Amino acid sequence: MSHRLTPEHEDLRRTVEDFARTEVAPVIGDYYERGAFPYEVIAAMGRMGLFGLPFPEEHGGMGGDYFALCLALEELARVDSSVAITLEAGVSLGAMPIHRFGSAEQKKTWLPRLCSGEALGAFGLTEPGAGSDAGGTRTTAELVDGGWVVNGVKSFITNSGTDITALVTVTAVTGTRPDGRPEISAILVPSGTPGFALGQKYSKVGWNASDTNELVFTDCRVPEANLVGERGRGYAQFLRILDEGRVAIAALSVGLAQGCVDESVRYAGERSAFGRNIGHYQAIQFKIADMEARAHTARLAYYDAASRMLAGEPFKKQAAIAKLVASNAAMDNARDATQVFGGYGFMNEYPVGRFYRDAKILEIGEGTSEVQRMLIARELGLPA
Amino acid sequence: MNIVVLVKQVPDTATERKLDPADSTVDRAASDGVINELDEYAIEEALLLKEKHGGEVTILSAGPDQATDSIRKALSMGADKAVHLNDAALHGSDALQTAYALAQALGTVEYDLVILGSESTDARTGVVGAALAEYLGLPQLTLANKVDIDGTSVRIQRQTDEGYDVVEATLPAVVSVVEKINEPRYPSFKLIMAAKKKPVAKLGAADAGIDTARVGLANATTEVVDFAAAPPRAAGTVVKDEGNGGVQIADYLAAKKFL
Ligand SMILES: Cc1cc2nc3c(=O)[nH]c(=O)nc-3n(C[C@H](O)[C@H](O)[C@H](O)COP(=O)(O)OP(=O)(O)OC[C@H]3O[C@@H](n4cnc5c(N)ncnc54)[C@H](O)[C@@H]3O)c2cc1C
Ligand SMILES: Cc1cc2nc3c(=O)[nH]c(=O)nc-3n(C[C@H](O)[C@H](O)[C@H](O)COP(=O)(O)OP(=O)(O)OC[C@H]3O[C@@H](n4cnc5c(N)ncnc54)[C@H](O)[C@@H]3O)c2cc1C
Repeated sequence: MSHRLTPEHEDLRRTVEDFARTEVAPVIGDYYERGAFPYEVIAAMGRMGLFGLPFPEEHGGMGGDYFALCLALEELARVDSSVAITLEAGVSLGAMPIHRFGSAEQKKTWLPRLCSGEALGAFGLTEPGAGSDAGGTRTTAELVDGGWVVNGVKSFITNSGTDITALVTVTAVTGTRPDGRPEISAILVPSGTPGFALGQKYSKVGWNASDTNELVFTDCRVPEANLVGERGRGYAQFLRILDEGRVAIAALSVGLAQGCVDESVRYAGERSAFGRNIGHYQAIQFKIADMEARAHTARLAYYDAASRMLAGEPFKKQAAIAKLVASNAAMDNARDATQVFGGYGFMNEYPVGRFYRDAKILEIGEGTSEVQRMLIARELGLPA
Repeated sequence: MNIVVLVKQVPDTATERKLDPADSTVDRAASDGVINELDEYAIEEALLLKEKHGGEVTILSAGPDQATDSIRKALSMGADKAVHLNDAALHGSDALQTAYALAQALGTVEYDLVILGSESTDARTGVVGAALAEYLGLPQLTLANKVDIDGTSVRIQRQTDEGYDVVEATLPAVVSVVEKINEPRYPSFKLIMAAKKKPVAKLGAADAGIDTARVGLANATTEVVDFAAAPPRAAGTVVKDEGNGGVQIADYLAAKKFL
């Protein structure tokens, strides 16, 4: 019984910690202010192999596991969430569906570039009218003359519009099931396919150095072979992907929560008020102690979910709990850290200001907190 | 082209570093051990040369048990194997003795080139490279900010205050590097995983043919007679800019003979 890291995981954690401090921290604030995508930082993450972490070496991966990805996400998010979500979405939403459900041909074509970080993948589930209720997908894909013709709109799709975006996998209605409900499948649409366009530009509250777009498909035609996994299994497949993704988002949330502690401890030792460093005041100490306790318990929650996932055991409930608890911790810690910083916490030049703006989405993306509670309740046998 | 990189584990410069009052040696338990920063550049240069010319990169480190952490990190950057010289008899060795011990340990490895950092961040004598070359009877090229090899000789740009000198020697040779030379890579997870399977030869003093009467604190050629903590930094001078801030700063620097 141990939640201690193996030497390899610890070495990776330290490597990413070092990278985040020396390569990301000094430059990211500027990208964030400009709302610019940090291509250079992402390329450096690619050279370190972060985008290939959980994939086998035969497809250009690092031969690691999903927990290794989680550790990298945590360490990146301790410094910045935009680069962390770019990695999370690229790996667990962009490349993972192809790795897990794709054909041999699809894997050969796409995974090496995605694993190297030279190309990014995206995953489009959410629509203007279908988020939590993703089964309510309206986008359609019709098989015409040996090709899928996709029509519809996807909302808030991460990594979908960068210069290095290679593909987006979308869920679409491909027919009607015998029981009368829509048959949902997953279709891979390469960037640049005619009929695939970016929609309105968003003005985001946070994650400003990450890429999010609305996608519009108008008679967008791709080969029949671009079906990912089985026809009619699109939604079910993605539920599995989303279970894993929750553990990754939990790790990212823990990173943000820990980053708040790091910054607060440092600032409490520097800032003085009424003749003493504010770190002498119990009100500040207790706030920071509570922050550390939240980060720590949330970390144990995601370690537990990840260890079950790696052991091949059911982990749905633990993943939902980890995401719920960790996103809460991130939100609470961001609020408290901003308070520790006083007026400076409200300034974008300090990382905590960024943490504050980046925390809220964690309670929304990849399943809202309400959705996590629904999942936990169902796992407890309460009626759906 | 077989290259040996000398790697010293030093206390992390980001943490508080201490001397052990009992014997005036570095208190290695007091802070985390990391690879001496310049040695990371030495490793990177060796890996770049290997990528160009083939061959193997071997890490050689003299240090206590915990130096294995730094050796593993060096292997996870991409080095092929390592030699760890570890013997209680070496404790407290000074720079000359360290160079002697390293020279002996090099006798167990085949190499065409030895690369090392030009200075450590802890003892900072900057003499190990020179002393090592002397013990080995090899040419030494120091302060390299660029290294080129053509099979039988090595040519470097030696950094100077004014620019650089171009210096050449026949192989085998000893080259020390400065941080301008390259940008050390971060280990990838694949290499981190592979590192644990790479061979690390553990040598005691006897295995390397080291005469223990020539090493260790008791036989050191230098002695730390006394030491004191650096005085806390005095409050700085505040220059208030009333239109002549630049002049005030220039005057201050001139008074300190920086200008
Ligand atoms: C920056 C950003 C990046 C994103 N990236 C992606 C991406 O890459 N791919 C992708 O597919 N999506 C992405 N999303 C979309 C995200 O996953 C959805 O926004 C999220 O799932 C919520 O869906 P919604 O916005 O439609 O909210 P809704 O589902 O409309 O929810 C509104 C509110 O109602 C609550 N609610 C809904 N149903 C119930 C219920 N049954 N019981 C109780 N409460 C309920 C919700 O919890 C929420 O509080 C991203 C979103 C953002 C903001
Ligand atoms: C009295 C005294 C006691 C000391 N006690 C100890 C002690 O107990 N333990 C201890 O480790 N040090 C001890 N030191 C420090 C030790 O003497 C020097 O660090 C060591 O001899 C190398 O000198 P340097 O670090 O100044 O090397 P520099 O010449 O500044 O380093 C140049 C390069 O030499 C290589 N190098 C140096 N040392 C090693 C090594 N050990 N293995 C591989 N490569 C190396 C590295 O590539 C380094 O970048 C002591 C120093 C003194 C003065």
